[in-house]
Amino acid sequence: MDFQEKLVQDLVSKYGTDRENLLPILQGVVDQERYLSEDVILKISKAMSIPAAHVYGTASFYSFLDTEPRGKYVIRICKTITCSMKGKNQILMAIENFLKVKVGETTIDKKFTILQTNCLGWCHKAPAMLVNDDVYTELTPEKVVDILREYKEEK
Amino acid sequence: MTTTKKQLHRIDLIFKNDEDCKEILRKALAKSNQEVINEMVNSGLKGRGGAGFPTGLKWKLTAESKEKDKYVICNADEGEPGTFKDREILTRVPHKVLSGMAMCSKIIGARKGFIYLRGEYKFLVPDLKKEIRKFHDILEELGLDFHVEIFLGSGAYICGEESALFESMEGKRGEPRNKPPFPTECGYLGKPTVINNVETLAHSYTILKFGAQKFRDLGVKDSRGSKVFSVSGDTPIPGIYELEWGFSVNDILEMSGAENTKAVQVGGPSGALIPPSQFDRLLCYSDLATGGSLIIFNNSRDLLKDVVMNFTEFFIEESCGSCVPCRNIPALLKNKLDKIFAGHGTRNDLIEMEEWSNIMQINRCGLGHTAANPVTTSIKNFRELYEELIQRNVEFDSGIDLASAVTESCEFVDRIPQL
Repeated sequence: MDFQEKLVQDLVSKYGTDRENLLPILQGVVDQERYLSEDVILKISKAMSIPAAHVYGTASFYSFLDTEPRGKYVIRICKTITCSMKGKNQILMAIENFLKVKVGETTIDKKFTILQTNCLGWCHKAPAMLVNDDVYTELTPEKVVDILREYKEEK
Repeated sequence: MTTTKKQLHRIDLIFKNDEDCKEILRKALAKSNQEVINEMVNSGLKGRGGAGFPTGLKWKLTAESKEKDKYVICNADEGEPGTFKDREILTRVPHKVLSGMAMCSKIIGARKGFIYLRGEYKFLVPDLKKEIRKFHDILEELGLDFHVEIFLGSGAYICGEESALFESMEGKRGEPRNKPPFPTECGYLGKPTVINNVETLAHSYTILKFGAQKFRDLGVKDSRGSKVFSVSGDTPIPGIYELEWGFSVNDILEMSGAENTKAVQVGGPSGALIPPSQFDRLLCYSDLATGGSLIIFNNSRDLLKDVVMNFTEFFIEESCGSCVPCRNIPALLKNKLDKIFAGHGTRNDLIEMEEWSNIMQINRCGLGHTAANPVTTSIKNFRELYEELIQRNVEFDSGIDLASAVTESCEFVDRIPQL
């Protein structure tokens, strides 16, 4: 059994095959693989006896359930009003310059993907971003590069 | 007006940390269901998520249903831009929210509850789980059979709409349902469900603790109690403000030290863009009703290009796509804005924008009803900004720049434009 098959099996046995467990299962796959491939959608469909079209239908609705390959770290920069007023564009530019890819793209080493997202709920500490599940607020172009450098050189 | 105006205060009820939640709950659970429902109804508490439905009535209607399975859901899908109060409440006083859920579960006869937490707040999960474990121990001690779980969202603004939230929890696309039936009879998995905003549940704890009268004493006529406001934008002191209902926009600007304010967005993008001439309007259900988002813009901001455009793009992305007007009109409004910004706008464009926005009322849910608000409220309150950009004495402008279109297509086929 390959890794992906085991992942789906583990998640399905943890949550169950009822339709209301679909979102946690999809989230569980994204936690591990950063996105939902066609293969994994078919596997979930089979394991839960839900038509693959329905699994994909649900997955494609949610902005955090990516259906395209993403890097190990998905950077989501808030683009909604307050962050946008407080210098989101400069932050984005600093990230693009540092990682040498544009927004929407993934670095060649598959480590980072840069995305924009709607309000993260940190308007009083704008600008803000998520790196996977972790929040960083009151960013400056220098600060954001320091943060990403740590991810780049990590562990 | 000032002579009759009641002295209102900035208060500290919600975030005041008390450790006696077990005792409050013990006392409340000893009361009859009818007593607690009366208390909730008399307090005048209304939903704090934005819609403002009376909480006591919601609990009462769900309690009356004879169904065996019922649910209590805490709506923590706080997605309205400019709002961050629910995150603060869940971080600082989660036991109040859980106590409110537990009390509700006893009254309606639910054994299971969920906190629908937006995916953006996933980092809260470990701490929240710890709190829930502690709380389950308390409930066991008190002999209440009620279990709370966290359900994580995945980045969809519309899932804050209650019926879309149920769909999402059922593993489907977060598309709102037709109403009626309402959640009180047909909610999660088709069962009667009480769904309350985080702040509403926290307030219900305050009512259990201090009684309905103390809560009623706060605020103004149709808006009782306090409200947690999220203030952001051009102010030196952004953050959380817990105030009695009834303060004016001006009061908040003063409190937060905002200067040279050109406009305030009250209630997030789905609310209204308010000009200085209306800063004396009051924050309450009958005037400026809001889920608590106040975004301040000073003189340096371009209200149309920075604000209205940003919000319109927000709605284009966040529409679930189910109703045709909501799927299309925000995108058409964006095209109109682009046309006006490019200098091709006419008075007719403004008329069309307003007419199209009226169609939004036939959409199914609250998002659909309000998705044109950034445009309509800005045309209404800041018409002069549009007037400055549109052409005078021009009846019609297709918006096409013929010269640049020809140049572009000639380039494509390698010809020299001859205009």
